[in-house]
Amino acid sequence: MDQLSGGEALLRALHDEGVEIIFGYPGGAVLHIYDAIFNQDKVEHILVRHEQAATHAADGYARGTGKPGVVLVTSGPGATNAITGIATAYMDSIPMVVISGQVESRMIGTDGFQETDMVGVSRPIVKHSFMVQNPSDIPFIVKKAFHIATTGRPGPVVIDIPKDVTDPKTKFDYEYPADIKMRSYSIPAKGHSGQIKKAVDALMAAKRPMIYAGGGVIQGEGSQLLTKLARKLGFPITNTLMGLGAYPASDKQFLGMLGMHGTYEANMSMHYSDVLLAIGVRFDDRVTNSDVTKFCPDATILHVDIDPASISKTVTADVPIVGSVTSVLEEMLSQIALLKQKVDKKSLKVWWDQIEQWREKDSLAVTPSTDGTIKPQEVVQAVFEITKGDAYVSSDVGQHQMFAAQYYGFDKPRRWINSGGLGTMGFGFPAAMGIQLAFPDSVSVCITGEGSFQMNLQELATCMQYKLPVKIVCLNNRALGMVKQWQDMQYGGRYSHSTYEESLPDFVKLAEAYGHVGIRIEDKSELDAKLREAFSLTDKLVFIDVLVDPEEHVYPMAIKGGAMKDMILSKSERT
Amino acid sequence: MRRIISVLMENEPGALSRVVGLFSQRNYNIDSLTVAPTEDKSLSRLTLTTSGDERRIEQVTKHLNKLVDVVKLVDLTEGAHIERELMLIKVKASGAQRAEVKRTTDIFRGQIVDLTNSVFSIQLTGTSDKLDAFITALGESVVLEVARTGVSGISRGEKVLAL
Repeated sequence: MDQLSGGEALLRALHDEGVEIIFGYPGGAVLHIYDAIFNQDKVEHILVRHEQAATHAADGYARGTGKPGVVLVTSGPGATNAITGIATAYMDSIPMVVISGQVESRMIGTDGFQETDMVGVSRPIVKHSFMVQNPSDIPFIVKKAFHIATTGRPGPVVIDIPKDVTDPKTKFDYEYPADIKMRSYSIPAKGHSGQIKKAVDALMAAKRPMIYAGGGVIQGEGSQLLTKLARKLGFPITNTLMGLGAYPASDKQFLGMLGMHGTYEANMSMHYSDVLLAIGVRFDDRVTNSDVTKFCPDATILHVDIDPASISKTVTADVPIVGSVTSVLEEMLSQIALLKQKVDKKSLKVWWDQIEQWREKDSLAVTPSTDGTIKPQEVVQAVFEITKGDAYVSSDVGQHQMFAAQYYGFDKPRRWINSGGLGTMGFGFPAAMGIQLAFPDSVSVCITGEGSFQMNLQELATCMQYKLPVKIVCLNNRALGMVKQWQDMQYGGRYSHSTYEESLPDFVKLAEAYGHVGIRIEDKSELDAKLREAFSLTDKLVFIDVLVDPEEHVYPMAIKGGAMKDMILSKSERT
Repeated sequence: MRRIISVLMENEPGALSRVVGLFSQRNYNIDSLTVAPTEDKSLSRLTLTTSGDERRIEQVTKHLNKLVDVVKLVDLTEGAHIERELMLIKVKASGAQRAEVKRTTDIFRGQIVDLTNSVFSIQLTGTSDKLDAFITALGESVVLEVARTGVSGISRGEKVLAL
């Protein structure tokens, strides 16, 4: 048994937990820990340039790999800077462990230098939090933190550590617990067989079935089983913004994303369905469109989720099933295999004929310009072509995010990395760093806007330090596009604080100033060639500044207060 | 509808703030709250009263259950139960008032636990309704100070909230 200090024990515990990489920024309260980092080589530390970026990078790493992201920040401002990233992970149920330094125990509560009540400040946006009181508690707390962060409905966990707890002079006998039992924390068992039977019966009797699958399917590693089930049944399927890639986008049964900017066919099929299999979703208001009384009026709702609190929170489930998606899907498949009854093929054919009619509307059709102006959608389509649809794509928040979600068809889970719940501008670029570190040989693209990118552009330095060849595709419309779109549609085109063209930096020079490559694309004729050139620089970060049509809106768009069938389809057409 | 929810939770720092925080965070209301360690010092029992329709109460209990510190909980109002609240109340009591206050206290089976020439301090236990009724019976003009514990409760019969 080794005699370790708190700081050394923390690093050893992280290693024992299988952590390979942590994202952080040093400061007074964590200097003992940083000294312990210096004296080991098992856990790699990535020095970011802002603590918010550390959390997003760890988050991107977690979304891409399925492993928990780990963050280390100092007390006070270090901790509060991490808050946005913790909230982002919380809203999207991402496993993350955030270790924050704290002032010495004897100083707590005295308004000491760089003191903030991190456990208190983070309380509403964490799955759980710990304040470490003794060095010897560290192994158990780390074990518990990772257990809580990664099991059930995942989420961020904060470990706040006062400086004296990591003092190199105080040593204890280190032992990492093999497993942990917590009487107050249990993971939901597998779904109730009787409930699953009810759901299967409803699916078999369905005339207009629909599968609505979300981020929970990706988090729960249920994509393969879901695909198997959907194909076996031959039912139409849609994915939420968080669920893109849970079902292959190139498949015929896939109707595209649903919701506020979902496809016409996905939203229409939702509205007119008679049986809705909702799996790993939470009936977010960007799907149900605020007035839930109008949501899927004819549907029997079968809701599968690991979190009992998600069920019947906004939309009442007719058949609630609490359990992991894999356990429920497995049992559904095995129950179906034993059934003599088959799906109602005749009705299904009629239903598909109807869906094909909706599909013909081609709600994502792009009208190319005639004057060389680049449409933002065309950029995403070109990136898809060049990367063969196989890149890791992160995004920030706004129009570019929706264009990326609509036009980059994700065939695999964990490829689409975006802040769906909190909607955090500044998320995309650091998340792409986390992805690039996790998958050094893969293409990590950040599709962003010039507004979002400026919220965390300092990470250009981090990418230089660690040689991360992230590709940043900036759909530059010289405005806060989504804000401007709403101002166009609801505020008479009064662009209150959504434009700043005169003050935009020269992004090419900016990239170059950090030692990277910058490429500007202004005319459609050069789009493909210049994008290809950028993506051919496999060992370089390239910032691709694409000047796109500033007048473009994201469509379809849900009509506020309407049902899912109520959409604006273009500047001149609505349902 | 008024509900009494009893929660067994880890007797650890921060546990109470997580429960209370949950209510403000999710816009649920707490009408009263009482908490103390149980016979097992590692556990605290917290009892709170809240109100809302069935859907809301279901969400409240689900979210409480989700808190890592919460070991077990019960909605006492779902079944037969006993609820009690304790009140210490200081009232004006001089001259003819003294006999009147004493009589009212006896009727409500309260006890005068302290007195001066002009003031009685009375202890009373019962349901919240009974405590309200006592205050009404005394008349608000004589009441100087009220300290109520909030509702505590337990199920009737053999049902127990324990590990």
